[in-house]
Amino acid sequence: MSGIPLLEVREVHFGYRPGVPVVCGASLGVPRGTMCAIIGANGCGKSTLIRLMAGVLRPAAGEILLDGSQLRSIPARELAKRIAYVPQSTPMAFPFTTMEVVLTGRTPHAPRFRFESKRDCEKARDALAMVDALHLSSRRVTELSGGERQIVALARALAQEPHCLLLDEPSAALDLKHRAALIRTLARLRDDRGLTAVVVTHDLNLVDPAFDSVFALCCGAVAASGRPAEVLQRDVLAAVYDDSYIRTRRIESRTLVWSESR
Amino acid sequence: MNTVIQAVHRMAPAGGDPTPRSLALRFARVLAILVPVLLASVALALWMGSRHIDLEALRFDPLARMLFFRLRLPRVVMAALIGSSLAMAGAALQALFRNPLADPFTLGVSGGGALGASIAIALGWGVRVSGVPLLFVASFAGAMATLVLVHQVAQTGAVVLPGALLLSGVVVNLVASAAVLTIQYLAEPTRALQILRWMIGSLDVVGFDTILRMLVFLVPAWIVLLAFSRSLHLLAIDEDTAATLGVNVRRSEIAVHALCALIVGVTVAVGGCIGFVGLIVPHAVRLLFGEDLRIVLPGSFLLGAAFLVAADTLARTALGSTELPVGAVTALLGGPAFLWLLRRRQRYSAL
Repeated sequence: MSGIPLLEVREVHFGYRPGVPVVCGASLGVPRGTMCAIIGANGCGKSTLIRLMAGVLRPAAGEILLDGSQLRSIPARELAKRIAYVPQSTPMAFPFTTMEVVLTGRTPHAPRFRFESKRDCEKARDALAMVDALHLSSRRVTELSGGERQIVALARALAQEPHCLLLDEPSAALDLKHRAALIRTLARLRDDRGLTAVVVTHDLNLVDPAFDSVFALCCGAVAASGRPAEVLQRDVLAAVYDDSYIRTRRIESRTLVWSESR
Repeated sequence: MNTVIQAVHRMAPAGGDPTPRSLALRFARVLAILVPVLLASVALALWMGSRHIDLEALRFDPLARMLFFRLRLPRVVMAALIGSSLAMAGAALQALFRNPLADPFTLGVSGGGALGASIAIALGWGVRVSGVPLLFVASFAGAMATLVLVHQVAQTGAVVLPGALLLSGVVVNLVASAAVLTIQYLAEPTRALQILRWMIGSLDVVGFDTILRMLVFLVPAWIVLLAFSRSLHLLAIDEDTAATLGVNVRRSEIAVHALCALIVGVTVAVGGCIGFVGLIVPHAVRLLFGEDLRIVLPGSFLLGAAFLVAADTLARTALGSTELPVGAVTALLGGPAFLWLLRRRQRYSAL
């Protein structure tokens, strides 16, 4: 892993209300052209951390660096060309078409008072094709299922052509096939275009060996980090999730993780 | 078994045309359809009235001239101004709050403006300070205060609860109209009559003085609001996503609040509370031309003008020589439309 990381979080603190810290002293570095997973128990600050990294929230203390420069000093439009963020879920109040939603990803590349060009439309279609969702393009997003809507949000982020993709539980509403397909798409983009991806996930079985590194969050700070096989250890996970029922098993080159339900 | 599965896969929903029609083309279509509609509505309104106006007579008859240029034409222009203002403000508020049932009336913004204006009338603030009518200022202040209030009430953390937003709007409207009524009782009789006349929402106007004074505020507000249409388009989809696409959410929010309060305040100060224009018109535009706010805002502007001009023509002529308040006509049309939308939106919107 070479030089400075693309995205670096240094001792970041944040709380939505005073006295209730959500992220406290988190530090991590995401090397360029890698896939990183952020894992951790419910409410440990994963979503807040990724929203901080996306620039939606401002840290109360500490700093976040993109390409070595302060995230907050980068103009919003410039930042939008470099980082794309997909929230956990997007409730839709209006029946926009899928294509309209995906085209909004072209906003940072289009002049303010001009409509999207033909090229933008092509890029949006490429993005939809990339996630295998071209057939949804003229459907209304309000009529799509939760999983389909997540795929559309991902296509929107891809249409943005960012250097770095931040995904908050992208696989939560996806079926078996689409979960794996999502990871394969990200890996392909990493290998072909050098895309960096940070993924918040509960889907521990998809982490090894697809991801390059894993950060385990506990109480708003990074409790463990390293290659997937290093972090996905029974003792590490038992501490991170505070769960003595967790079991892991290595099968071929992958690690399976589950919590005993009996 | 396998063949069944394959057959099911083949039956999967067909995609339709993946090529989006260019926005510029769609925009041209909006103009090509709505501009003639507006012109037709204006022509009809000028032609129809309690007294028939003969185009021939306009050349030599001073009475017909007076009637046409001092009364009918200003009234039609006023209806167009107020209609386009309310409709565009409604479209903007719907997008900002991601709430298809928001409009200046349902959010209580008109009511707040009315309260401000009636306080100004009761205190006899007919004066202007360096050209700015105090009535406009009071009405703007009332509208702005309401907007901030309902937003605060409905907001929990980063989410604006759609139901709470509308409910607080309803309550503000009730409180404001009670307050207006109280003020009316306390005010001296001539002013009380003035408040009453204006509260019903009528477009009576003589000459172009008031219209020019309104335009000074409205034209810049319209232009700036239209300049925010792309930001509003992104905000209508999702706030966090809009932020990561380069929209300054906080700044857009403040600007749209202030612009809508200004637009609604000025129109309410002159025309009273004319309800539901900001609700039905944007939805009609959506149904006709799609959801993109860069089309919905200018489309609502044009259709809003056409709609209120037509509604006012109906109000002037439906009962022969007796005139209905235009607010009654829009409410009679808009109320059922609101209920229909509510029923329709239940399917996918969290309300």
